[in-house]
Amino acid sequence: MSNLAKTFSSSLGRKLVMALTGLFLCTFLIVHLVGNLQLFKDDAGQAFNAYAYFMTHFTPIKVVSYLLYASIIVHAIYALIISAGNKKARPIAYAVQAGSQNSPWTSRNMGILGTILLVFIVVHMGDFWWKYHNDELPYAKYEISLDNPNDINVSELPYDADRLVHSEVTDVQAGKRTVISKDLYKIVNNSFQTWWYVLLYVIAMAALSFHLIHGFRSAFQTIGWNNSRFLPLVRFIGVWVFGVLIPLAFAAMPLYFFFK
Amino acid sequence: MKLDSKIPEGPLAEKWSKHKFNLKLVNPANKRKYTVIVVGTGLAGSSAAASLAALGYNVKAFCYQDSPRRAHSIAAQGGINAAKNYQNDGDSVHRLFYDTIKGGDYRSREANVYRLAEVSVNIIDQCVAQGVPFAREYGGLLDNRSFGGSQVSRTFYARGQTGQQLLLGAYSALNRQINLGKVKMFTRHEMMDIVKIEGEAKGIVTRDLITGEIETHAAHAVLLCTGGYGNVFYLSTNAMGCNVTAAWKAHKRGAFFANPCFTQIHPTCIPVTGDHQSKLTLMSESLRNDGRVWAPKTAESAQKLRNGEIKATDLKEEDRDYFLERKYPAFGNLVPRDVASRNAKEIVDEGRGVGSSGIAVYLDFAESIQRLGEDAVRARYGNLFDMYQQITDENPYKQPMRIYPAVHYTMGGLWVDYNLQTTVKGLYCLGEANFSDHGANRLGASALMQGLADGYFVIPYTLGDYLATIGPDAVDLKNPAFEEAKKNVIDRVNQLLSLKGTKTVTEYHRELGHIMWEYCGMARDKEGLIKAKNMIRELREDFWKNARVSGISNEFNQSLENAGRVADFLELGELMIDDALDREESCGGHFRLESQTEEGEALRDDKNYAYAAAWEYKGDNQPEVLHKEEMVFENIKLSQRSYK
Amino acid sequence: MSKNMNLTLKVWRQKNSDTKGKFVTYQADHVSPDMSFLEMLDVVNEDLTRKGDDPIHFDHDCREGICGSCSLHINGRPHGPKQGITTCQLHMRSFNNNDTVVIEPWRAEAFPVIKDLAVDRGAFDRIQAAGGFVSVNTGGVPDANAIAIPKVIADEAFNSATCIGCGACVAACKNASAMLFVSAKVSQLALLPQGQPERYRRVQAMVAQMDAEGFGSCTNTGACEAECPKEISITNIARMNRDYFTAKLIKQEEA
Repeated sequence: MSNLAKTFSSSLGRKLVMALTGLFLCTFLIVHLVGNLQLFKDDAGQAFNAYAYFMTHFTPIKVVSYLLYASIIVHAIYALIISAGNKKARPIAYAVQAGSQNSPWTSRNMGILGTILLVFIVVHMGDFWWKYHNDELPYAKYEISLDNPNDINVSELPYDADRLVHSEVTDVQAGKRTVISKDLYKIVNNSFQTWWYVLLYVIAMAALSFHLIHGFRSAFQTIGWNNSRFLPLVRFIGVWVFGVLIPLAFAAMPLYFFFK
Repeated sequence: MKLDSKIPEGPLAEKWSKHKFNLKLVNPANKRKYTVIVVGTGLAGSSAAASLAALGYNVKAFCYQDSPRRAHSIAAQGGINAAKNYQNDGDSVHRLFYDTIKGGDYRSREANVYRLAEVSVNIIDQCVAQGVPFAREYGGLLDNRSFGGSQVSRTFYARGQTGQQLLLGAYSALNRQINLGKVKMFTRHEMMDIVKIEGEAKGIVTRDLITGEIETHAAHAVLLCTGGYGNVFYLSTNAMGCNVTAAWKAHKRGAFFANPCFTQIHPTCIPVTGDHQSKLTLMSESLRNDGRVWAPKTAESAQKLRNGEIKATDLKEEDRDYFLERKYPAFGNLVPRDVASRNAKEIVDEGRGVGSSGIAVYLDFAESIQRLGEDAVRARYGNLFDMYQQITDENPYKQPMRIYPAVHYTMGGLWVDYNLQTTVKGLYCLGEANFSDHGANRLGASALMQGLADGYFVIPYTLGDYLATIGPDAVDLKNPAFEEAKKNVIDRVNQLLSLKGTKTVTEYHRELGHIMWEYCGMARDKEGLIKAKNMIRELREDFWKNARVSGISNEFNQSLENAGRVADFLELGELMIDDALDREESCGGHFRLESQTEEGEALRDDKNYAYAAAWEYKGDNQPEVLHKEEMVFENIKLSQRSYK
Repeated sequence: MSKNMNLTLKVWRQKNSDTKGKFVTYQADHVSPDMSFLEMLDVVNEDLTRKGDDPIHFDHDCREGICGSCSLHINGRPHGPKQGITTCQLHMRSFNNNDTVVIEPWRAEAFPVIKDLAVDRGAFDRIQAAGGFVSVNTGGVPDANAIAIPKVIADEAFNSATCIGCGACVAACKNASAMLFVSAKVSQLALLPQGQPERYRRVQAMVAQMDAEGFGSCTNTGACEAECPKEISITNIARMNRDYFTAKLIKQEEA
């Protein structure tokens, strides 16, 4: 085995993989959230559809996205390997173990939380990512006034295999810009009309919150980045940004469409 | 047999250097042909094993604990002395030597003690190089404190766990040699006997404490580093497993046992609470720097305190007796350990003891807290106060601590010459297990110093001389002496296991402890000692009839382990009584009521007792024979200790 | 004075490492609150011995919280319900009359049960022997004051050095990980100047041995730190990780 391979099969190396992939997924969450905030824009989904197109067709982003899928898979597989090893390290369980007396609940249940998230990611990607890429989605045609960008006239176009996923034409004489996009926004809107589907999302975001409250800080501990000056900042970000703000914002989306 | 201490000729300060030069050396290429057995892995054992292995010898090291790091040296709190004179306060090798001889009440060997003081400085260097985290000043240099009433600051310390840090240092050196394959470590192995071939020690018999297997191990020399025998008193500050077995077996094989009655009783321990008590906990004597020792003036108020009718704080100043300050105005609460202990006992004997048992006196911090503030007191003694509260459930910031003396250290041990060799050739004894350096009383922070001095800086030289003399020919395990010794051990084990009486071994141990504490403890007299001698004999006979030992031999059997150790204590106890009877003087930790000044202080008799009493075993139930090694003082004038 | 208690003990009994163990229930009556937990077991054992039963085996020695021999998982927690102490320092006043007390051995693949509540912690010694030392022979070392060590560094190294090797960290960890122990040992020498020449070699050797012993992986639950009788911080783990990754990924491989 090469030195590097040995390093990543050691207990510490495996942890490093978990930490690095985990932190990478955390950064993705920020990007994903910023993009998804377009959903709240009152433009019948024009900005959101444009964002969806950008994310799926801009080459550097595409490269990163494959890195992302790999990270999710590696993170999950390593979690399995580590959990199996940990199970083996204690073949006979305690009859009584008072874990709640010495450690936070989240830290002891990362596996369960992670499994919920994995199921969620599969459902989530199947419903949006897969459909966007493969299904025959309708198109939305936006006619936007050049004088007043808030004046948007939207109409639906049927699926047409020859049509570009996204196109933009500005007609100065007519004083408008016409944007035609695959209408992912509509799919989103429709999906979030079902109560149990919304509930699934809210539960998943709760799991995300608990997962990250422990996970974000834990990653820094594993990497060894525990400088006492920065540690409070890491803790703050871990709890308030990744544990509260981001999951709340994500959970607000299905609720927004459900109650809209 | 005449005792030959092998003290080198010449001026005191040159003896060790000259001796080192005169000792034979083993050729470096030959060292790997020798095997040395080290029994015990405390400071003396670990340091010896590591140092000898570093020289190139093959070492087999044994300990009864599950890890060498757990030997009881680990529990030493206070510190380690060294004549570094880092504080520029007038310390020197000679001063450390002088203080140690005087502290030992002039019953130790000048040459040994001088050597101890001389190598003390190397110990600190060695430990620091190993990464021992001694306390430091802000400038980054080592900090020192004055300890045990010493007039210079020569004590190096590592918070309240100097022993653990030093032992971890020695253990790390040992680990390095284990890693290099030079030391083979046998944990959970108890030494059961010495194997002698043609009068020289050539191996040991051990019991694997997990499988129960009796094994023999051969070597060119055997080093006993097995600690003290304070547990003969049942209750002591020693660890539960501390025992005399290795030293006692060696004694029965011809090693003389010297000054067995010299035991040190430490004044500031937490008192006994009941019969269930298994051990006593020491609190650093630094507490006496700020605490005031007192007892009620009258037995009546003591009775009220015991019954809980009044509290200590209810007692007015004029009803309290600050007895140490009253009797020793110059030293007050800082009198040496033996003096402080004896006075506490007197108070209790007068019926003025406190606590529900009545066997304690107060150590009061109220005045210090008033003078310095609670925070300052907390900064100095916080961890000790916490420990006290943890054990007693009493808050020492609000009410005085209760303290009582407890057995802490044994100055006696196997007799060794200047080379640390016992009266059996090839059998060496290091650390607390030998008798050599502390005389009749050990000074604070000197035990760690002696253990490491013996292991790091004495035995690597002196052992080589013996090994060079005998040559590297391998010791044959097939020699019938091994089989015979093994058979004896198996018989002994079976004999113990056949005991299916009604009393537990612990009950015998407790009874032995009571006898020893009562008659051979802080104060001794002829009548009591004779009585105790008979009591111990009866107890021993009863043990071999009515004791109960559980289990079988081929398993992990703590009941059997304990039985073997207690059986040996039952024999040692009698020898201690003999020794105490012989020594009709008071010196250091040995106080004979018949030998005291008009003021009730210890009265030494240098004319008749300036000797080390080395006892020779003559067979079961035979009186032991006394050999005397005269203590010759050429560099120090003997004087009576006075702390008035 | 508080009253004596009656307790029900559920104790793990196991003849040796080859046999399966089980819980056996004992009654401990008239337990004084001033007893230590181990003294309470002593009394139970005295009774068992008198009855001709095999006493309960458990490791213990100094009984003052420093040798690290005693263990015991008491009601789900290593060294019992209180923080910052070992089992031998635990007093019965921490329990109430009629309590049921479940006593188990440390459970870990790397700590096989020897008998009843005693386990083999030899793995710790082997990890230490793999690299937990400074390679100096006896003699020939510089004067102790030749190197000045800043007090804060010395104090920090001391905090790591207080580890008593009891194994409570492994026992408390849901993964039976030994990271707190190993990191404390690595940290002590990584912080001090004396430990620098072998700093990166040491961390690799000790981690490799730790893995070979079959301990689990750290998941940063912090249970070890909470249960450590010497309250050693998991900062040590971060420090060890940093050194390990530096050694493996950044430093040139050492010969």
